[in-house]
Amino acid sequence: MATASATDFDVRRNDSLGLRLQHALHANPVLGPLAVLIVAIIAFSIVNGRFLTATNLSLVLQQVTVIAVLALGQTLIILTAGIDLSAGAIAVFSSILMATFCTKAGMPGIIALVLGLACGTAMGAINGFLVTRIKLPPFIVTLGTLTIFFSLNSVVSNSETVRGTDMPGLMTWTGNSIPIGNFRLTYGSIIMLLLFAYFFYALGRTAWGKHVYATGDDAESARLAGIQTSRVLFSVYTVAGLLYAVGGWILIGRLASASPNVGVEYNLDSITAVVLGGTSLFGGRGSVIGTLIGALIVGVFRNGLQLGGVEVVWQGFAIGLLVLVAVSLDQWIRKVKT
Amino acid sequence: MTEPVLQARGLTKRYGRVVAIDGSDLELYPGEILAVIGDNGAGKSSLIKALSGALIPDQGEIFLDGKQVHFRTPMDARAAGIETVYQTLAVAPGLDIADNLFLGREERKPGVLGSVFRMLDRSHMRAEAKRHMSELGVATLQNIGQAVESLSGGQRQAVAVARSAAFGSKVVILDEPTAALGVKEGNRVLQLIRDVRDRGLPVILISHNMPHVFEVADRIHIQRLGRRATVITPKSHSMSEAVAIMTGAAEPPPQAAA
Ligand SMILES: Nc1ncnc2c1ncn2[C@@H]1O[C@H](COP(=O)(O)OP(=O)(O)OP(=O)(O)O)[C@@H](O)[C@H]1O
Ligand SMILES: [Mg+2]
Repeated sequence: MATASATDFDVRRNDSLGLRLQHALHANPVLGPLAVLIVAIIAFSIVNGRFLTATNLSLVLQQVTVIAVLALGQTLIILTAGIDLSAGAIAVFSSILMATFCTKAGMPGIIALVLGLACGTAMGAINGFLVTRIKLPPFIVTLGTLTIFFSLNSVVSNSETVRGTDMPGLMTWTGNSIPIGNFRLTYGSIIMLLLFAYFFYALGRTAWGKHVYATGDDAESARLAGIQTSRVLFSVYTVAGLLYAVGGWILIGRLASASPNVGVEYNLDSITAVVLGGTSLFGGRGSVIGTLIGALIVGVFRNGLQLGGVEVVWQGFAIGLLVLVAVSLDQWIRKVKT
Repeated sequence: MTEPVLQARGLTKRYGRVVAIDGSDLELYPGEILAVIGDNGAGKSSLIKALSGALIPDQGEIFLDGKQVHFRTPMDARAAGIETVYQTLAVAPGLDIADNLFLGREERKPGVLGSVFRMLDRSHMRAEAKRHMSELGVATLQNIGQAVESLSGGQRQAVAVARSAAFGSKVVILDEPTAALGVKEGNRVLQLIRDVRDRGLPVILISHNMPHVFEVADRIHIQRLGRRATVITPKSHSMSEAVAIMTGAAEPPPQAAA
């Protein structure tokens, strides 16, 4: 074995730059997205001096907050080699339910909020049930529930927007902010950052987190190693549902209303953030820090291109390109020779 | 005669039209190394999977210390003290060596950190993992925090073997644990198997490596076409006789008493 490691070492020393980069990214997948984010920030601030102002940066953070929370739930699911197309639908439907509970049903804000969060959690649990018990592929399950939740959403809301001023203050509280100089940090963003910190901890430092990674890496091996993979999967979909509902609450604050017609693009944006953050669609690889960076990349690109006068349609084009590059990179990193 | 620690009677498992095990019996006695040999597809892995809870047999009974058991999951068998190294190793490649050794039985920090925050006791698990790995003679592993996917095939096998040896309290089952190993590492695993037996734990060893089998086994269970053809001992039969029975070239002798 001593000789084996010696030869390993020799091989590694003779590696080309590309191979060494591949190894570095394999060992530390957050490096790539971080580099993209930093380069983007530098580039956009050179193009437009307004980009790096505190006012603009707080706008970027606010724009990113909802997507980031959804992407956090999405990360958990993608880590288990799943995908959740219903993320945006659950978020929007939860926000409509909260708004309906506290306006039409006349409930106090706190009750409406808790009930709304519970509904979102239940929607996630339905996905989890279909994936683990009926054993349908996550793509199919969430494609179905996406359609169902959006249609229920239209029924409950009557396709009408509920204004924030008609709701108790708690509902729009997430949109309030603490000024730090010219920077405005919303409570929604604070909640988002706390959630990321919590899941960073839960994934890295608890048995549950290890089981999420093991299940996503190779479900059959995880099962043989004694992990109850169905239970892990179910917990992941359920927790994701709760996170989406929190996203829905933050969305009310952001829009100062609850609207049934927003959020269609949130599904793809959340997946985009996860993928840009270096989490592998094949499961078992990735981190929530990467996802936060991925969400920031989306936000920075949208905002920077806007400031640079690029039309909205071309912003989508640019982000689509980024995603393709990120997925190709993931494939390449996966092929790492060890 | 002593009572078997682990006994299977008439185990059957079908996959659609394929009969993986066809009314197979097995007895494992205290303190012995029982080798299981057989051609590819003879049903060796399926048989031990039934014993370790990884598959639920269609028919048949399993007794542990004389009491009938019904394992629904690998966790059940583990809780009963049966540790298994599967042919596929069942490791999580993305997790590190220590995480893999403790997969499914992680230890939490003492006090509030563990009970409320469910924080893992990483330093303790790493120290333990290091100890188990060096017992196996793979102390040459540079770093216990290394991802298992960055290990060689043989090193991965060592991780899986160390896991079962460390946690088995009744029975240790090894499905081709030396297949990917070099001569030196293979011999180490054989020594480990003897050590486990000398600690009083009976071992089931599946292997295609006849010299290994004849070197360590107390008895040899020959599996053929999904059932036990016979049981021999390294003293009663030669390697070529065993192979002849295994392949069907020779009639199996009437089932020898243990
Ligand atoms: N999950 C499964 N689905 C379908 N057929 C299976 C499955 N597992 C095993 N089999 C079949 O059962 C039979 C016995 O397989 P098993 O893996 O137990 O053989 P084995 O003796 O361990 O072989 P090897 O020496 O190659 O490891 C084979 O014909 C195999 O194709
Ligand atoms: Mg086998």
